[in-house]
Amino acid sequence: MQQQPNKLKPFFENLNFERDDNTMVINFGPQHPSAHGQLRLILELQGEQVVKALPDIGYLHRGIEKMAENMIYNEFLPTTDRMDYIASTSNNYAFALAVERLIGLEVPRRAQVIRTMLLELNRIISHLFFLATHALDVGAMSIFLYAFREREFAMDLMEDYCGARLTHSAVRIGGVPLDLPEGWLTQLTDFIERLPDQIKLYEDLLTENRIWKMRLEDVGIITPEQALSWGCTGIMLRGSGIEYDIRKEEPYELYGELDFDIPVSDRCDSYGRYRLYMEEMKESIKILRQLIGMYPKTESQLMAHAPQYISAPKEEIMTQNYALMQHFVLVTQGMRPPKGTVYAPTESPKGELGFWIRSEGEPYAYRLKARAPSFFHTGILQDILPGTYLADVVTIIGSTNIVFGEVDR
Amino acid sequence: MRKYSPKDNVQAKAKYTDRFWVAPQVPREPVEDAHFAAVLEKMKAAVEVLDAYVEIGQLVIHIRPEQNVDALRTLKEECDYAMCSELSAVDYLARDGEFEIFYQLLNLKERKRTRILTRIKEDQAIESIVPLYDMAKFAEREMYDMFGIYVNNHPYLKRIIMPDDWEGHPLRKTYPLEGDEFASWYEVDKIFGKEYRDIIGPENRDPARIDRYDTQRFARVGHEVPFGADPSLVDETETPVEYSSELLADYNKGPHKVLDKRK
Repeated sequence: MQQQPNKLKPFFENLNFERDDNTMVINFGPQHPSAHGQLRLILELQGEQVVKALPDIGYLHRGIEKMAENMIYNEFLPTTDRMDYIASTSNNYAFALAVERLIGLEVPRRAQVIRTMLLELNRIISHLFFLATHALDVGAMSIFLYAFREREFAMDLMEDYCGARLTHSAVRIGGVPLDLPEGWLTQLTDFIERLPDQIKLYEDLLTENRIWKMRLEDVGIITPEQALSWGCTGIMLRGSGIEYDIRKEEPYELYGELDFDIPVSDRCDSYGRYRLYMEEMKESIKILRQLIGMYPKTESQLMAHAPQYISAPKEEIMTQNYALMQHFVLVTQGMRPPKGTVYAPTESPKGELGFWIRSEGEPYAYRLKARAPSFFHTGILQDILPGTYLADVVTIIGSTNIVFGEVDR
Repeated sequence: MRKYSPKDNVQAKAKYTDRFWVAPQVPREPVEDAHFAAVLEKMKAAVEVLDAYVEIGQLVIHIRPEQNVDALRTLKEECDYAMCSELSAVDYLARDGEFEIFYQLLNLKERKRTRILTRIKEDQAIESIVPLYDMAKFAEREMYDMFGIYVNNHPYLKRIIMPDDWEGHPLRKTYPLEGDEFASWYEVDKIFGKEYRDIIGPENRDPARIDRYDTQRFARVGHEVPFGADPSLVDETETPVEYSSELLADYNKGPHKVLDKRK
């Protein structure tokens, strides 16, 4: 079949038959519902088997790193929401942490408690989303509905706190903008009391399910060497038997004081990673329980006191001239962190999310590099897909849990 | 006389600078930590170390660009830095005529991070670290795409985020935030062809543009009207809000004609 591309349709149809050998080249995406966004995979197939895979990314590129060079630090914070939009607080937090380390800021304890709560709540939201979409990709429709129902309750909690469901911007450089609303902790307690039963429901439906096991076991094998070499982090690394969780190994915020375990699986396959996601949700519940107990013991201060960098609380701005002047300068000109470089790694639900910031003492970052875990988890597809079957490609993409806001930035 | 604006760095500048203000520097501590000292010792034996210090808890080592693979091999094989978290570049062309390339490495056993910094000239290439770390297959492609830094012996050095036929490298300081001239014609040329340039006009890439008469995108201010309605038929005399004419530029008033329909 001769294809006739014109200017509006410059690309070939999905199938390219014009090859002499038996391999068939297909475009998987960028509009494929299982491509988790805008992933275009160019697959060479020998029958049902993939012989070559080429991830093609960039369909969601918005130049976030370029924007960071043209925005003051506080202005850039809401932009980070648009990276991993499934768990945006973890992006806000990673950026805020990097700037705080650059200017050497101590965050008040109540803000730390709230931040850690939000981070763990986001982890649950993200893992539920993973479970829902992964199961849907593999063919388990009902899990999608159950997991999204629980995710709605978690998103309601986020909405009660910051007013947004997806793009939270719930963390500020130097603390958090708001205290927890009244009754929020009770609602959170209700949620985490209910969640273990739901997780048990998902596990009952999936863990020993014959079809689920057939689709996931020994699919998408990532050896520990590959995982390290490709810079895989988070569950992609722990699913290959390497125990490294930044929350535990390089503790930030309150993780050093909290008691939780790091589940590890040495199965190296999609099934092992699925089990880790379930276990991590249980650990998050454990962390949230401890944090709820910590909250009442804290002072009411929410933002760090650093007049050079952080605006004073609203009451002071409204009553004291000097605080108002500082606030005016910080809003119109922006803070000027000292010259230097910082790289602050955090454990986002997807893996190691870190912001590399080079400051030249200006209100604009001279260079900001967002180290997004999904970028490398997309890259590894080109090495793990060859040799697998076409039907498993969807499972493997789902099990890497990539989000394209983060890959393309 | 018209105002002179430098072209070598077109990024946002501070609107106000105090002439007596000197930016402080993040403290650079000497290498005292036992692990970092051992790493530095091994690095000094393997490559020429130009500078080394600890900055915010991470060891920073400056090396020569020709020795980047040797340095990273020493770190990986002798110092147990099994993972390269990130690599990319910083554009210092305007100030020094150089790029700074950084490699951010992680030792999982000691839980320590080390950063290797090296500087290359604009027309200089750097050797690929793909034999050591697979992540460079993607990261070096991104560096090439964003800065135009050639990486020698990379297995597949091709643009990764921008389209293959793109011109220019977006993260260079000479590249404006809204994109350059090439960017404003890219989609017109691609979809309609160069011969339609006069008819369609360049793409307005200002993200904050508001076109008062555009009823097809979400840029409309004023009355809500049906999608694609003819704005001249909409009676807007009652609108109590006055909009500044500066904000609401009429982009249709240009010299170009407007197509009836996208062909």
